[in-house]
Amino acid sequence: MAEFDQSKIRNFCIVAHIDHGKSTLADRMIETTGVLTSREMQNQVLDNMDIERERGITIKSQAVRMVYKAKDGEEYVFNMIDTPGHVDFGYEVSRSLAACDGAILVVDATQGVEAQTLANVYLALDHDLDVFPVINKIDLPSARPDEVKEEIEDVIGIEAHDAPLVSAKLGTGIEDVLESVVHKIPAPTGDSSAPLKALIFDSVYDSYRGVIVFVRVRDGVIKKGMTAKCMASGASWEVVEVGYFGPGQFIPCDELSAGTVGYFTASIKNIQDARVGDTVTSVSDPCDEALPGYKKVMPMVYCGIYPADTARYPELRDALEKLQLNDASLFYEPETSQALGFGFRAGFLGLLHLEVIQERLEREYNLDLVTTAPGVVYKVHKTDGTVFELTNPANLPDPAEIEYMEEPIVNGEIMVTTDYVGSIMQLCQERRGKYISTEYIEATRAVLKYELPLNEIIYDFFDALKSRSRGYASFDYEIKGYEQSELVKLDILINHDQVDALSFIVHKDGAYERGRKMCEKLKGEIPRHLFEIPIQAAIGGKIIARETVKAMRKDVLAKCYGGDISRKRKLLEKQKEGKKKMRQIGNVEIPQQAFLSVLKLDEGN
Amino acid sequence: MKTLGVYIHIPFCKSKCLYCDFLSFPEGRERQALYFDALKKEIEVCSKECKEYLVDTVFVGGGTPTSVDSDHIVHIMELIKTHYKLAEDAEITIECNPGTADFSSLKAYREAGINRISIGLQSPDDVELKMLGRIHNRQQFEECYNNARRAGFTNVNVDLMGALPGQTLEMYENNLDYILKLDTPLEHISAYSLIIEEGTPFYDMNEKGQLHLPDEDTERNMYHRTKEILAGNGYKRYEISNYAKEGYECLHNIRYWKCREYIGFGLGAASFLKCRRFRNTSDFSKYTSYFLSLSSERNSEMKADGTGAFVREDFEELDRKALMEEFMFMGLRMVSGVSVREFEERFKTDIFDVYGNVISKLVEEELLERHGEFLRLTDRGLDVSNYCMAEFLL
Repeated sequence: MAEFDQSKIRNFCIVAHIDHGKSTLADRMIETTGVLTSREMQNQVLDNMDIERERGITIKSQAVRMVYKAKDGEEYVFNMIDTPGHVDFGYEVSRSLAACDGAILVVDATQGVEAQTLANVYLALDHDLDVFPVINKIDLPSARPDEVKEEIEDVIGIEAHDAPLVSAKLGTGIEDVLESVVHKIPAPTGDSSAPLKALIFDSVYDSYRGVIVFVRVRDGVIKKGMTAKCMASGASWEVVEVGYFGPGQFIPCDELSAGTVGYFTASIKNIQDARVGDTVTSVSDPCDEALPGYKKVMPMVYCGIYPADTARYPELRDALEKLQLNDASLFYEPETSQALGFGFRAGFLGLLHLEVIQERLEREYNLDLVTTAPGVVYKVHKTDGTVFELTNPANLPDPAEIEYMEEPIVNGEIMVTTDYVGSIMQLCQERRGKYISTEYIEATRAVLKYELPLNEIIYDFFDALKSRSRGYASFDYEIKGYEQSELVKLDILINHDQVDALSFIVHKDGAYERGRKMCEKLKGEIPRHLFEIPIQAAIGGKIIARETVKAMRKDVLAKCYGGDISRKRKLLEKQKEGKKKMRQIGNVEIPQQAFLSVLKLDEGN
Repeated sequence: MKTLGVYIHIPFCKSKCLYCDFLSFPEGRERQALYFDALKKEIEVCSKECKEYLVDTVFVGGGTPTSVDSDHIVHIMELIKTHYKLAEDAEITIECNPGTADFSSLKAYREAGINRISIGLQSPDDVELKMLGRIHNRQQFEECYNNARRAGFTNVNVDLMGALPGQTLEMYENNLDYILKLDTPLEHISAYSLIIEEGTPFYDMNEKGQLHLPDEDTERNMYHRTKEILAGNGYKRYEISNYAKEGYECLHNIRYWKCREYIGFGLGAASFLKCRRFRNTSDFSKYTSYFLSLSSERNSEMKADGTGAFVREDFEELDRKALMEEFMFMGLRMVSGVSVREFEERFKTDIFDVYGNVISKLVEEELLERHGEFLRLTDRGLDVSNYCMAEFLL
């Protein structure tokens, strides 16, 4: 590693709109540089979590080192840093970008520039990265590379006339991309003799080695045996191992010098001690100031997570603990619900993050979960002048004690073909969006800007957007801040018992509609009992909607023919099994999916 | 001596009714003959494992047993008598559909020792019969019924179905009234509600909203009226959907509900023998080719544990827990309920030690009651028997 002089190093990332082929291009580059044989290549080398592969989204950023022999006869070291593709992980993206000197922008030759393309390019430019575009999917019949090039120049304002034309799928044009990396991305700068200054852009937890910290060394050298510390957390340790990233593996080396990208381990037990964005320096010879941009990411979306089988609470706790080792942005604390028993209130960066964690708990830890409707963090200003952050609707104080409430608002950008502008605007209106502007980026496409309450987009906004634009709209947002809002808590009463896990915060104008739909939905979810069950929605003490589950009059097995008792037994067992999966509220048994019904209120409308 | 029930399955019928999900199908005479050859072989080879039993009930069911050549049935009865110890007063039932049994065959059954006949009337209303896909009409039932009496049957059951598509309470009561006014009063009545089973034409029609079933309240009213009307005519309900004149309860069915042993012969027939449940294959070719391949010289033997008997499937060894559960959920089908003393004799433990919580819960919900040494479902409990029975699974 040390033999390589800085001028032969290129640190870059690939940015793209989702599905424009970023991971496939990365795979082809790795393949072409010969680090791996084709046979060793799994389909997408960089995405090594199952969920990522299935959803086609890169969740944790990772890095890989490649050795490329360029046309000028020189060997170059490429450090490619893969960035997460979803807005939930915006901060991780920004730290990954900060570790790079340049970026490849992948644009789909059939779809052109999309909302996330813009957002990601601007983010890259904000980090002073040199960006060059690559036009992908030129093998598709509907590819229009020339138009897309023009679009890139017009809309983004970066040069695109000599952009490599690529089919990552077929492997064509990859050589051009690699050459462009050599020529268009600058070599890193940095002084290896200065005090150590390295940026943490990711970290993973390994049960044998502790936290593996991914760093970009700006200045100085990090080597085995030295004592390093994190400037924000203040934690320090002796470095046990340093190395760089082979595809899917870690390759130890002696030291990492200024301009390089690699990892180190130091028996770090707690991932919170080495958070993304922190600066690593040497204890004996510290640098003057930390690298800019560190912030502790705050969860934006909260929900309750409960084990379906109450006896498995300890397993859920252990699983969350383990997941948190790998995910510094996952937050959780114990909570108790009358309806659901012991569980946790967990905070996430966004809805995707929530879904990913939920799936990992279910898949990797084999847990059946009941999750309550996700909510955002509200600021409650009380009459006594205090302010607190509300993450669980059940904790909302008495209305008499509330001066006013605030909710988080996002700046949303929706890119859509002009045909669907009307229906998308209508959707934004329905979601309490505040119209800001429309910009036409070309004759057929527009960017709509809206301010939207976060709690209106965390459920099914993406789905609604896709269905109302036949898949043509793309959406990106960032948190704007908090604004005062007329919010109320909607409670659900089942057989006159309030069910805490079903309460949620809603804008007062939408409360009646939501309450009505909730009752309707629950009526369909709750099986008939021996007695009649009223389902009511209430605000404060006032009932605003009601449905009734009629009493069961009959529940009889068919006649037993020919002594076929096994079949009858199976029927009864199924009935009993179904009952086990229910939650008891008073004397009513509620199936677990009822707790999710609040999420699906727009179905079938 | 231990007693045993024998069930014989005849999987043939003239045509499939629209609501039927039983193992039955129309079949030509040659294939029927093939089946009976196999069935006879099965009855022969199984006699070894039933040596220590006295057979006191036989039930020939289907399908439509009376739709096949009566000689087959007569042969089967002869085999039973030859190879098994048949009690002198055994109850021997055959299921019969109107329009498939003439006087001579009914007489042949009676002479072969069959002493109880169960006639699948379902409805005396020709419009309803047609809608159900039945092949007979009311007049054919009357002929069949009178012939059965003439042939010497003194224990006759009629199946009556309620909650039919488009049926009103009044229409149903008329049907009940009809079977109560037969020249010779019936000894036994099975009155049950139409159940829409998956995989039947009725299921698909219902999914498409074409069936117009009576609502639940009407169905329950039919059920409750049945009990009242039949009680007024001297029929006692002894099981959820079975009514009998004193002394005419169906012993074979009671055997099922009391979890006593039985062996099933024929395609798909279920058995409960020596604490094991199992069933014959439902694959016609597999069943017939297996038994037809057994040469008579070879001392072939069927074993309940499944060795050398690959036509038997779904073996299930019932442990004490499963036996207790079945004793309860089957027993509670009977209006008389389950005997606390019998439970203790069978399982050497107090029923309240095992089911105390369930019993008090159901008693509190007024679904279960104690009557002498019996625990039985209340009328309301019988309405929601599924709910109650599921509680007895441990």
